[in-house]
Amino acid sequence: MTTSLRTAAAARAVDLSKVYGEGDTRVTALDRVSVEFQSGQFTAIMGPSGSGKSTLMHCMAGLDTVSSGSARIGETELGGLKDKQLTKLRRDQIGFIFQAFNLLPTLTALENITLPMDIAGRKPDRKWLDQVVATVGLADRLGHRPSQLSGGQQQRVACARALASRPEIIFADEPTGNLDSRSGAEILSFLRSSVRELGQTVVMVTHDPVAASYADRVVFLADGRIVDEMQDPTADSVLDRMRRFDAAGRTS
Amino acid sequence: MYRTALRNVLAHKGRLLMTMLAVLLGTAFVAGTMVFSDTVGQSFKNSVSSTYANVSVQVKDNDAGVQFGQASKRDENSGDTPLTQATVDRIAALPGTGTVRGTVTGFAGLSDPNGDLIGSAGNTEGSNWAPDSAGQDTNYPMVQGTGPVDSHQIAIDQKTAAKNGFTVGDTVRMAVNGPVMQMTVTGIFTTTDPQVKAGGSLVLFDTATAQGLYLKAGQFDSIQATAKPGTSQDQLLAEVQPVVPHGSNIKTETGTQLSADQAAAIQSAMSGMKTALLAFAGIALFVGIFLISNTFTMLIAQRTRELALMRAIGASRRQVTNSVLLEALFVGVSASLAGLVAGIGLGALLQKVLGSMGGATLSGSLVVSPTTIVSTLLTGIVVTVLAALLPGIRASRVAPVAAMRSGDQPASQKSLIVRNSIGGVLALLGAALVLLGVHTGGSGGRMPVAAGAVFVLIGVFVLTPLLSRPVIAVVGPLFARLFGISGKLAKQNAVRNPRRTAATASALTIGVTLISALTVIGASMTSAIDKLVTQDMKADYSVSSQINPTVSPSLLPQIAKTPGVAAYSVLDDQYLQVGGKALSVTGVDATSFDQLVAPTMVSGSTDSLKQGGILIDQDHATSDHLSVGSTLPVTYPNGSAGTLTVGGIYQNSGLLGPVLMSESVLSPHTTAPYYNTVLIKGTDGATPALQQALKNATGDNPLIQVNTKQQLQQQFSSVITLLLNVMYALLGMAVVIAILGVVNTLAMSVFERKREIGMLRAIGLDRRGIKRMVRLESVVIAAFGAVMGIAIGSFLAWAAVRLLGDAITGLTTTLPYGQLAGYVVGAALIGLLAALWPARRAAKLDILASIKTD
Repeated sequence: MTTSLRTAAAARAVDLSKVYGEGDTRVTALDRVSVEFQSGQFTAIMGPSGSGKSTLMHCMAGLDTVSSGSARIGETELGGLKDKQLTKLRRDQIGFIFQAFNLLPTLTALENITLPMDIAGRKPDRKWLDQVVATVGLADRLGHRPSQLSGGQQQRVACARALASRPEIIFADEPTGNLDSRSGAEILSFLRSSVRELGQTVVMVTHDPVAASYADRVVFLADGRIVDEMQDPTADSVLDRMRRFDAAGRTS
Repeated sequence: MYRTALRNVLAHKGRLLMTMLAVLLGTAFVAGTMVFSDTVGQSFKNSVSSTYANVSVQVKDNDAGVQFGQASKRDENSGDTPLTQATVDRIAALPGTGTVRGTVTGFAGLSDPNGDLIGSAGNTEGSNWAPDSAGQDTNYPMVQGTGPVDSHQIAIDQKTAAKNGFTVGDTVRMAVNGPVMQMTVTGIFTTTDPQVKAGGSLVLFDTATAQGLYLKAGQFDSIQATAKPGTSQDQLLAEVQPVVPHGSNIKTETGTQLSADQAAAIQSAMSGMKTALLAFAGIALFVGIFLISNTFTMLIAQRTRELALMRAIGASRRQVTNSVLLEALFVGVSASLAGLVAGIGLGALLQKVLGSMGGATLSGSLVVSPTTIVSTLLTGIVVTVLAALLPGIRASRVAPVAAMRSGDQPASQKSLIVRNSIGGVLALLGAALVLLGVHTGGSGGRMPVAAGAVFVLIGVFVLTPLLSRPVIAVVGPLFARLFGISGKLAKQNAVRNPRRTAATASALTIGVTLISALTVIGASMTSAIDKLVTQDMKADYSVSSQINPTVSPSLLPQIAKTPGVAAYSVLDDQYLQVGGKALSVTGVDATSFDQLVAPTMVSGSTDSLKQGGILIDQDHATSDHLSVGSTLPVTYPNGSAGTLTVGGIYQNSGLLGPVLMSESVLSPHTTAPYYNTVLIKGTDGATPALQQALKNATGDNPLIQVNTKQQLQQQFSSVITLLLNVMYALLGMAVVIAILGVVNTLAMSVFERKREIGMLRAIGLDRRGIKRMVRLESVVIAAFGAVMGIAIGSFLAWAAVRLLGDAITGLTTTLPYGQLAGYVVGAALIGLLAALWPARRAAKLDILASIKTD
């Protein structure tokens, strides 16, 4: 934790635990995890399968309940919120990018992008929307339906959707998992520029060292605990760190 | 393959639930109908055979007696020979005769303690008490009191007495063929008489009184004889035949023959009812086909990868199709079995309910014939398998390579061009046939209209996917405005799979088409009858007789004396001879005519009645080439001749006959008055006081009705309303199955769109929004189905009304807009209801589980 706190945390977990099942089937997915995600930063969460990285993201994003500890978005403690308040929080303060794009096939690209605002019953900020659309490079595809777009284009629509309502924080769950490397690179550069140029906050779960290298900071998880973190990672440094997990896994 | 199919059924039992329920309901309807009608038929047959158990030979005079709604048929001058006491005596004297009994029957009007007629008109019968030497009549064992012995006494059946609180010694009011009679109840009896078994009432007079009321002194309408032990029915018949009068009116039969005849009559009446009910069951099952077919289509779409895998590892197309059909067979067999059981239960329930309602006594056990079992099971199975045939064939077309594709929803948006072309051609052909039929008119137009109706329906069903987009698009902006994003998404979801939406909506369309067609026809008929009956009526009251259709002339002075009567006129129906043809004329009071009746005059004036002229309706004027000033040589009923001059022509009217003339001109030339109706105008219009005064003036006779214009209208419209309500109720099953179809489609759609729903929840649509989205989609589909049904139904009703219009004057299509709009609203509510469960399921979906990529 050497980095100075440039800005306030956009999200923070303190002693966050998540336990599934009971008795013999009891699995501790997260074991007293404490972590901060700073505003204006692009953070990657990495770890082997089953390390709890997706669970951490789901808990932070208000999609899953926590067993103990605290998860906050901005100043809001998620633990005490009812489903309705959580829904509103997700709608107004969080953006999502899923691995499988998850666009509505019945809506056009533009309608998909403005969906969160439509749900909230708000008018989109025209200037911001234009900027977002220009950044993802979809200006000429807005009238198309998802089935008429390539996978990379669909994921760019999903990114634009996450950005369009200017959320406090964007959670991306393996956003490049379903894409070829070129489209993946496009998405990652786009996420990085949305942080650097548009001032957004992005937290991305990935198991791909190349994807993680686009982030400002990488947090490593293993067996439900944060085991390491790295500033300004490169693909090689991340890969090295991951190899040590494998080695540890084999020797333990 | 067999095992896979069974596994599939078990794996998808949740999703096949609605299908099973639909088949179950349809087959239960079939089985229930058959069980119930067989049971009723059997119970009637039993009662018939017990009725004739004591009859070896019956001699019947078919022309004797007073029948409901008509005067005695016997023409005094005919050569018919009646059955008399002499006939009875001759039969009694035969060596084979044990006992013999002469019977007189006819319809009677019995008044309940409030002065109203018991039962509907014609529901009470009168007969004679014929005691044997021991003073008993075996047909009517007395449970209280004794049989009637003079003309002021009657006995009443136990059921009727109990219902109305009559006991021995009471005085009751009744009428048969004239003024009211005050009768003393001397006895209360039980009987197996079919009249009472069927829910009617029976009163007994002493034989002489019954003869006086219904026939002539000493005459009978039938004679029943029993054979001595050792004499067969046929032997007795042979003995009886020579001693009874010979005439076409006399029929002599054995008890066995009578039972057989009656049983055959019951059989045919029951099979008529059965056929009608089965037609409705057929409609319900037809609707079920849509649901079943839709279910299998959706299941196969969901299983595309699985089927492709089977094809990839070597299953043939035929095997794939067979596996689907086998699955349908499992569903069909189990649902039909359940339906059979439910149907038998339904039959038992109906037997109990109808039995306890005091109608027909449904004695005896439930009849479940092998035919019922076989046809119920066969119907259910065949319907299910047939409905799955098309989806099964489609399943076999899944390419093996589909197994390798990653599994987002198959975008099987095959072009609808072929389908639309076929549908368009069919619908247009159908519409053209209907129009042709309407243009042809009359009975010749019926076939084209009927065939056209079928084509229109099929054509529209085929076209529904095409129609769904523009029709639903209309409500899109409205929904988006009213319900925001949920409304918009609901509308989009409703049109995203046009075939599925179409199949779901079509199921509802069938029911709504029939219901709205009936509604429109019913409304048109009602308004036509209203017009016919009362348009020309200015009178406040009409006095008429319920059973014997003439109002007794003795009542006229009483009516004239009633305070508050401003004017009155009889309608005296008589027949004149014109050039060898009978012409029906109605005698009216010329002076009060204008106060009571206002026919729409085409030419001439009603004043001509006062000068002895006649008024004639437009149809007769046209067909007989008559105009104002034409003269008609006529022969009056009493044989005298005269010449009548046409003084005016009026539009056809149901209230008035074809020809009107002054009663003062007509009555001197008739043999007897035949007062169909007396019209009355009150000084203060229609008042309850006047109505009561008129009832009193007509002797509080249960058979005489004093009606206002509204009451007359209601009398006619209530018949139509009742008929419509029965049919609506029977069509209800088709609607229920259609609702199941909506539930089914929505549940499956929710299942398929699980990931979308999860995503929507993740990015901030709350549970309410999800629920609303599903509900609105359902509302859109249901309302769409209803709108189409109303459109087709109204069109077909218009055609039917045009065809019927030739037979019923003044019949024009009347669209009851309020009621039809009500159906759309009702359908929307049904949609809301159908979506309750799927919407809850959708809202409860776990977000993480839903968006998880598998």
